[in-house]
Amino acid sequence: MKSVVCVKRVPDTEARIRIGDDGRSVDPSGVKFILNPYDEFAVEAALKHKEAGEGEVVVLSVGSAESVDVLRTSLALGADEALLLTTTQSAEGLAVAEAIAAELKERKFDLILFGMKAIDDDLQAVGAMVAELLDLPSATVVTEFSVEDGKVTAHREIEGGTEVVEVPLPCVLTITKGAYEPRYASLKGIMAAKRKPLTEKEAHLGLSHTIESALEYPPERQAGRIVGEGSDAVPELVRLLREEANVI
Amino acid sequence: MATAERARNRVDTRDFLSVDGQLNDEELMIRDNVRTFVSAELLPRVPEWYELGTLDPAVARELGKLGLLGMHLTGYGCAGSSAVAYGVTCLELEAGDSGLRSLVSVQGSLAMFAIWRYGSDEQKNEWLPRMARGEAIGCFGLTESDAGSDPAAMRTVARRDGSDWVLDGTKMWITNGSIAEVAIVWARANEGVHGFVVPTDTPGFSANEVKGKLSLRASVTSELVLDGCRLPADALLPQAQGLGAPLSCLNEARYGIVWGAIGAARSCFESALEYSLGREAFDKPIAAYQLTQAKLAQMVVEVSRGHLLALQLGRLKDAGQIRPEQVSLGKLANVNAALGVAREARTVLGANGITLEYPVMRHANNLESVLTYEGTAEIHKLVVGNAVTGIAAFR
Repeated sequence: MKSVVCVKRVPDTEARIRIGDDGRSVDPSGVKFILNPYDEFAVEAALKHKEAGEGEVVVLSVGSAESVDVLRTSLALGADEALLLTTTQSAEGLAVAEAIAAELKERKFDLILFGMKAIDDDLQAVGAMVAELLDLPSATVVTEFSVEDGKVTAHREIEGGTEVVEVPLPCVLTITKGAYEPRYASLKGIMAAKRKPLTEKEAHLGLSHTIESALEYPPERQAGRIVGEGSDAVPELVRLLREEANVI
Repeated sequence: MATAERARNRVDTRDFLSVDGQLNDEELMIRDNVRTFVSAELLPRVPEWYELGTLDPAVARELGKLGLLGMHLTGYGCAGSSAVAYGVTCLELEAGDSGLRSLVSVQGSLAMFAIWRYGSDEQKNEWLPRMARGEAIGCFGLTESDAGSDPAAMRTVARRDGSDWVLDGTKMWITNGSIAEVAIVWARANEGVHGFVVPTDTPGFSANEVKGKLSLRASVTSELVLDGCRLPADALLPQAQGLGAPLSCLNEARYGIVWGAIGAARSCFESALEYSLGREAFDKPIAAYQLTQAKLAQMVVEVSRGHLLALQLGRLKDAGQIRPEQVSLGKLANVNAALGVAREARTVLGANGITLEYPVMRHANNLESVLTYEGTAEIHKLVVGNAVTGIAAFR
């Protein structure tokens, strides 16, 4: 089975984000960039399925030359080959999906995997768009899947439960946290990564219609408040946790 | 100034001198991998190990899976990394706890290195792959209760009996002793000091754990007892001639400590920095007071300088040009610096600094062991003194 995993370079979840001078982009200076955490699940899923049988895992990214980092990381984890579609401009999701689809149209893959979303723009759209552009079936928000007799059985995370869907190969899946706990790279994996093939070629981006016009910092955290004392306060606390904080 | 804005205006406190720019992509990837592993998988467990005075031996397999055991050795399942890559690994492990770095040092630089450098092919094939995977833990028995800085005073003897060897004596302060499958034991024979590969289930071998330690509690320390311990002829490390062999192993381990100590120091500094920004006294964060800033600034100086020193030794080691007195200088300087940082950090945290909730007192106590093991600070001063004067003050 041949899989391609589309991955993205994003700011570290612990990075201190500064807005750039243009007021609409992140100032990259001093920011550490990482492999998008949801893409880690997708890479892990592809590696697990490769290890269970025969196969090959290709990782693909669209981005600046610096995206080589996350491809090397994926190679260190066990992917066999990497492809970077380079671009210096920022682009909307559909434009990126068109670049990926144009590349994948030329190649044969059984599985095209994405992380459910990228943690920088939270778009959650490129995977489904690529499926549409390639006229392939897809399943999104997948926590676990198996492959048998030319079809995928995927568990989808839905509100309050799980939905099981069957999708014929080849197909597109977007993966979220679930059965695929990302591994740590082994030292040998890291050292082998630099000898694995990594190709760079120019991305054929589609036209972007949406433009990021401004970025703003989140509001400062407000001080906590006491909702009452003793057991009398419990109903109000539960109501607030449910209705305001949306955590239960 | 609002907290979030203040945070955005701060520099990268982990890399004040931009030392990362001196590391190559592979070294950075190895560093980040170990850093994430330590903070996600080990740090949550370390305080409990420390409190109980133990360490889960299964952690060796986890470290083996990452390829960190004997990582700088070549062949036999070892990755053959650079000395700098091994160094940054030691730094990140010791930012967790000196006990973790000690486990890796003893396994890779002492036990595995001794077999790798001085062993027969049979010994290498039998032990190194399993040790690299963490399936077999090793220990290294040189020190005795009355022979520390002067290992030539050892009393453990090896005598021939037919083709066999029989070992008698006691080794002390042996890291990993009670959890080891194999011990590298150094003993005096008629013709000089020999090294032996001793499976710990050999009759006549026993290990007793040292209890009541107030330092390096997340590490197993033992006494090894050799009571008529009979070994076949092929247990001898054939290439090891005299005390130079075990001393060369110690030099390997010391090199890791030069880096590791800076990890402990960095952890203390970060803890003090974070605490000082959050803790208020007289209506402002204690980080806003000049006395606190003087302490933090000095910590940054020590951590940055020690980091550069370690990197320089790493580059020398990778070039095959490192000399033992340079490693002595590094261990002397960086462990002292780390101890200073740990003590200063403790004062920033006030009473909280003495608890296990923060890493500072744990590191401070650990570093008291690190100060004297693998060559005491005094001995390293004598080594450096010897190197610059040409006069050996200890002979």
